[in-house]
Amino acid sequence: MFMRDKLRQSLAIGALALTTTALPAIGQETQGRTVAPLPAEIEETTELVPTSPVADSEGTADAGLESNFGLGRAATEAEIAAIDIDVMPDGRGLPEGNGSYAEGSSLYEEKCLACHGENLEGIKELGAPALIGGRDTLGSDKPVKTVESYLANASTLYDYIHRAMPLDSPGSLSADEVYALSAYILGRGGILGEDAELDAQSLPQVQMPNADGFIADPRPDSL
Amino acid sequence: MSDDTTHHERYGPAERRMVRQMADAETQMLDQLAQDDADCECREGMFPGVSRRGMLFGGAALGASLLSSGQAAAQAPPGAIEYPVQPDSTKEQGRLILDDGGYGSRSQFENELRWRYPTDSLDSSWSMTPLAAGMGIITPSGLHFERHHGGIPTIDPEKHSLIIHGMVDKPLRFTMNDLKRLPSVSRTMFIECSGNGLSEWDKPTLKTVQGTHGLTSTSEWTGVLLSTVLKEAGIQDGAAWILAEGADAAVMTRSVPIDKAMDDAILAYGQNGEALRPEQGYPLRLLLPGYEGNTHIKWLRRLEISDKPFMTREETLKYTDLLPDGKAREFTLEMDAKSVITFPSGAMRLPTPGYYEISGIAWSGRGKITGVEISADGGKTWNKATLQEPVLDKCHTRFRMPWVWDGREAVLQSRCTDESGYVQPTLAELVKVRGVYSVYHLNAIQSWHVAANGEVSNVHA
Repeated sequence: MFMRDKLRQSLAIGALALTTTALPAIGQETQGRTVAPLPAEIEETTELVPTSPVADSEGTADAGLESNFGLGRAATEAEIAAIDIDVMPDGRGLPEGNGSYAEGSSLYEEKCLACHGENLEGIKELGAPALIGGRDTLGSDKPVKTVESYLANASTLYDYIHRAMPLDSPGSLSADEVYALSAYILGRGGILGEDAELDAQSLPQVQMPNADGFIADPRPDSL
Repeated sequence: MSDDTTHHERYGPAERRMVRQMADAETQMLDQLAQDDADCECREGMFPGVSRRGMLFGGAALGASLLSSGQAAAQAPPGAIEYPVQPDSTKEQGRLILDDGGYGSRSQFENELRWRYPTDSLDSSWSMTPLAAGMGIITPSGLHFERHHGGIPTIDPEKHSLIIHGMVDKPLRFTMNDLKRLPSVSRTMFIECSGNGLSEWDKPTLKTVQGTHGLTSTSEWTGVLLSTVLKEAGIQDGAAWILAEGADAAVMTRSVPIDKAMDDAILAYGQNGEALRPEQGYPLRLLLPGYEGNTHIKWLRRLEISDKPFMTREETLKYTDLLPDGKAREFTLEMDAKSVITFPSGAMRLPTPGYYEISGIAWSGRGKITGVEISADGGKTWNKATLQEPVLDKCHTRFRMPWVWDGREAVLQSRCTDESGYVQPTLAELVKVRGVYSVYHLNAIQSWHVAANGEVSNVHA
C-alpha cells in the first residue's frame, strides 16, 4: 500500500511534468493474483455462436420471446472453480488445508503487522482498522466494531482475508495461510486459545461473541 | 479543526476520526474558494465555486492530499480546455470544429468538482457530487459520486465476462457482446450510498450540501434485465439469494434477495448515453433500483445463486446499523424517502433580500415522490413545492418554489412524501429510534439557516 500510495502521490505532484507513459508502472508493481485469478480469456474458436432461437432462418426476430436466446455459453467447472472463492457461515466454500495460531503469529508479523499494528489495534494513519477489542462496547457511548466485538460469523473473517488482504497484494494468501491468520486473530481476540488450529471443519464451529447481535430490518413499519 | 473533540464525542473512535477528517477537507476546500474569490471582483456571492478561477485545480490538489493548492493558476478546470478569450467574438472566427479531439469538454468557466473524503488509504475512499450546482435531475457522469474499496480497476471489455452459477440448471458465461445482444432496457434512477449524511447524526458538521448529501447521483442506465439472464440459466427451487462479485482488488461482494434480482435489477453497461465510466464499474455493473449504493456491484464478474445470504464483510462488519441497545440491523437495503434543498444551501450567501427560487431534489427507494413541502420557519408552517416533470420511480425528482426573502433570519427545510405514503422524518424522530451511532441511512429533514446578512449555514433545527 505504501508503495502504491507513494507512487500515486509522486504522480499527482509530477502530473504536469510526467507524461501518462509513466502510468503503467503501477500495473508492473502489482503481482498477479495467485488465488482466485481473473477468468482466463475466452479462446478464439472457429465455432459459430449457437443458432439463436430468437431468429428464424430468414433472420426475422420473434419479439415476443422472453427466454432461451441461445446467447452465452456453458461455464465450465474449471472456470467456476477458479473464481468461486466465497465462504458461507456454514462452511460451504471453505477449501482444504489448515493453519495454527503459532503459524498465524509469524505470518501476521510478516504480512499484516505493518498496517494493523503489533497488538492488532490498527494504525489509524494507514486507514487500517483494529481487529480485536471493543467487546461489550456496542451498546455504550463509544461503540468499537472489530472482528472480535462485532462479527457474527468466523466465515466472514476467512472470506475477507482471502479475497482482499493484504492490501498491497490482495488474493495472494494460500488457504493454509488464511486458516493460520484466522486462528491467530481469533486467538488474540480471546475467542480461541493459543493452541488453536483451524480447517474447513472447525472454522464454522467457532462461536463469535456477537453471533446474536443482528436483527432484521423493521423498516418501513418502523423508522 | 481545533474544536473537533467536543463535536463528536458520542461516536466511536473510527467514526469520530472519519467525521473530523471530512470536516477538515471541506474547510480546506472552502478556504481555497475564498482565496480564489478574493481575486474576482465580479463575484455575486451566491454560490461557492462559481468564480472564474474557482477551486481545486487538477483535482489532485484536493483529491489526492491537498498538496499544491495555489499552484496551477492558469490551467483549465478538469474536464475543460483552456482557450484564449476573444476580445470581441463577433469580430473574428471562433476556434475550429473538433479542436477538442472529437469528444466534447465543458466550458473552461465551469469548475464544479467532486471532492474526496480524505481517507488515509487512497485505495478505499469516496467522492461527493456537487449537488449545489446541479440542474434538473441528471448527474453528469463525470460528477457522479464514487465509492471504491480497492481502487478503480482498468478492465478490457473484450476480456471481461460474467459467470452465473450455483443453484441454476445451466451455469453460464456471458461476454460483454453476448450481454449487449440480449433485450435491453434503460432506466433513469438514483444511486445513493447509505453512508450519505453520516457526519450529521450528532451535530451539523459539514458546511455544504455536497458534504451533507453528495453521496447521491442520478443517471440514465442501460443494460439487460438481470431476470432475463437468470431465466437463461434457470433458477432452481429453493434459491433465495444471489451473491454479486466485482473484479476490483476488493473483489467486492454483496448478497441480494432473489426476488429483487428477478424484479427490476439491471446488468448495466451504459450510463447517460455512453458506456459506463470506469469509476462506475466499466464494463458491467449491477443496478438494484432503490437499494443502498454498496449493493450495486461494479466491475461485475460473478453471480452465485444460493439458498442463504453469504454474510460478506460489507453486509456484516460494514453496512449494518447499530442501535442504542447494541443490536444492529442487517440487510437494510432499501433507501428511505429523502429530500434536500440545494439552493439556497450551506456556505452560500444571498446578496440582497428579494426574490429567490428555492430548489432541491427528492427521491425514494420505494417508488415515486408524490409531494414535497417547504418551510421557511424551521418546520412551523409548510407550503407545497412544485414537482418538475419527469417524476420517476426511484429517481431524483427536482422541486422548486418561489420565495421572497424579507431579509430576516429564516430556517429552510424540505420534507418529501413517496407513493408508499412514507413521510420524511425529522432528525429527532430518527435519533429517537436509532440513536446516533448507526452511521447509515440518515434520511432526516435538512435545515439551512439563513442569517440576516444572507449567509446560509447547516443547522439542526
